[in-house]
Amino acid sequence: MTQPILELKDVKKSFGSNHVLRGVNIDVSPGQSLVILGGSGSGKSVMLKNALGLMTPDSGKIFFDGDDVTHEQGKEREAMRARMGMLFQSGALFDSLPVWENVAFRLLNAEKMKRAEAKERAIDTLKKVRLGASIADLYPAELSGGMQKRVALARAIITKPELIFFDEPTTGLDPITADAINDLIIEQVKALGAASISITHDMASARKIADEIAMLFEGEIIWRGPADIIDNSGNDYVDQFVHGRAEGPIQPAI
Amino acid sequence: MSDASTSKSGGIPNPLAWIGRAALSLFAEVGRLGIYAGQVIGAALTPPWNLAQLWKQMIAIGFYSLPVVGLSAVFIGAALALNIYTGGNRFGAEQFVPNIVVLGITRELGATITGLMLAGRVTAGIAAEIGAMKVTEQIDALKTLSANPFRYLYAPRFLAACLTLPMLVLVADIIGVMGGWLVSVFALDFDSTTYIRNTMDFLTMDDVLVGLIKAVVFGAVIAIMGCYQGSKSKAGATGVGRAATLSMVGAAVLVLAANYMMSTLFVNIGL
Ligand SMILES: Nc1ncnc2c1ncn2[C@@H]1O[C@H](COP(=O)(O)OP(=O)(O)OP(=O)(O)O)[C@@H](O)[C@H]1O
Ligand SMILES: [Mg+2]
Repeated sequence: MTQPILELKDVKKSFGSNHVLRGVNIDVSPGQSLVILGGSGSGKSVMLKNALGLMTPDSGKIFFDGDDVTHEQGKEREAMRARMGMLFQSGALFDSLPVWENVAFRLLNAEKMKRAEAKERAIDTLKKVRLGASIADLYPAELSGGMQKRVALARAIITKPELIFFDEPTTGLDPITADAINDLIIEQVKALGAASISITHDMASARKIADEIAMLFEGEIIWRGPADIIDNSGNDYVDQFVHGRAEGPIQPAI
Repeated sequence: MSDASTSKSGGIPNPLAWIGRAALSLFAEVGRLGIYAGQVIGAALTPPWNLAQLWKQMIAIGFYSLPVVGLSAVFIGAALALNIYTGGNRFGAEQFVPNIVVLGITRELGATITGLMLAGRVTAGIAAEIGAMKVTEQIDALKTLSANPFRYLYAPRFLAACLTLPMLVLVADIIGVMGGWLVSVFALDFDSTTYIRNTMDFLTMDDVLVGLIKAVVFGAVIAIMGCYQGSKSKAGATGVGRAATLSMVGAAVLVLAANYMMSTLFVNIGL
C-alpha cells in the first residue's frame, strides 16, 4: 500500500462547548480524489483548516507525506504549504491586487520571481482555466462569481501542488457554471497528477469529481466508500444526504 | 456579559464580582495586545522588508492624511492664538501670543491633534481593511501561500505609520503656527513681522524634537491598534464595524495617555 499524502488521526477540535471535530480519521493517497460530504456547520471547513495548519487540533495528529506536521511552524510549515494548494469557500482573492498578482502571489512573494516572468506564468495558468489575458489586470471585485472561482483555482494550481483542497468550489454558481468548474477541477487535477480533497454538499459535483466519498457527521467520518456505490451505501445517514430528504436520522439544522 | 454577576440570592448584581471580572479581562486583553505588539515590532525591525507594501502604506497613511492634518492644525493654531490673547489680555500679557502658540503647537498640540485625527482616519481604516480580509479568509489564504501576515500586512503598516507621523507632525507644526499668525495679524492687529520674529526667536529644536518623538510613538499605537482589532474581527459586517470602532476608541485613548506619560518624562529629563 502506498503511503498516504495526507492523514488525519483522531483529530479533535472544539470552540468552547461547541465540539466540532470529535475524532476525525481520514487519509488520501497520492493522485486520489476524495470528496467529503456533510451538512452545513458540520465542521468541514474546520477540518480542512486543521489539515492546512491554519488551526491547531486540540488533540490528534496530522501527517503529511508521512511526517507529523501537527505542530510544525516556520520553515517546515512553509515547505509543506509549498506542496499544497487551497481553494477557499469564499474564493479569498486579495481584493487589493489585480487578478494576475493574485494568481502569481506565491511566485512573487515566497519565490521572488521577476514580475514579468510571473505575469507570463499567471496568464498561462489563467488560460488553463479558460480565462483570457484581458482580465489579468482587472481587480477581483470586477469579476463574476464564476470567474472569481476560476481565478482562485488558477492560484491554487499555479505552483503544481501535490495536494489540493477545494472548499465548496461550486456553491453559489448556476448549474452550468458549476459543471464547467467541476470539469476544470477534474482536468487540472488529472493534469498535475495531484491528490485532492473536495468538500461539497452538491451531489452532482461529488459524483463527478470523486474517486472516493466520505461523510462527516457529528464530528466523525461515519462512512467512506468508492464513488460509484454512493447510491447503495447501506448507510441511512448517507442515504438521506444523497437523496436530500428532510426525514431520516439527520435532523435539519434549522 | 454572563449572568454570573448576579449573585445566587435574588438577582442583585454583586459589584465586587463584576469589578473583579472586568479587571481580569482587562489584564488579559492588555497581555494579548502586548504579545501581539511584540510580534509586530519584531517583524518590523528584522529583514526582509516588504518595500513595495511599505511604500503603498506610506502613501495611504501619510500622503492622504495631509488634508485632514493641515485643516485640523490651522484651526487649532487659530483657536489657541485667540484664547491666549483673550486670557493674556486680563493681565496685559497679550504680547506673548506668538511665543505660547509656537510652544504649545510644537511640544503638544501639533503631535496630539495629528495623533487623534489619525486615530480616526488611519486606525479605523486599517481595522476595517484587515477585518474584512480576516472574515473573507484572505488572511488564511496569505498563510497558505507562504506569506506571513505579520511581515506582509502588519509590519509595513506599523513602519509606515512610525515613519510618516513625524513628517505629518512637522507639517502640522508649520500650519498650526501659521493658523495662529493668521488670526493674530488679521483679527487681533498684531504686526506681522514682529509676530514672525517673536515666533522664530522662541522656537527651539528641543520643542520640535519632543513633538517628533511623540509622533513616532503615536504612529506605533495607531498602526498596532488597527491591525490588532482587525485581525481578531468577528465575521460579518457588524463584526468588522465593531473592530473599526473599538480600534479607533482604543487608539485615541492610548494616544492621549501616551502623550501625558511622555510629557511627564520629557519635563523630568529637561527636554
Ligand atoms: N474560528 C472559529 N471560532 C469559533 N467557532 C468556529 C470557528 N470556525 C468555525 N466555527 C464553528 O464550527 C462549526 C463548523 O463550522 P464550519 O465552517 O467548519 O462548517 P461547514 O461544515 O464548513 O459548513 P458550511 O457547509 O456551511 O460551510 C460551526 O458551528 C462554526 O460556528
Ligand atoms: Mg464551510
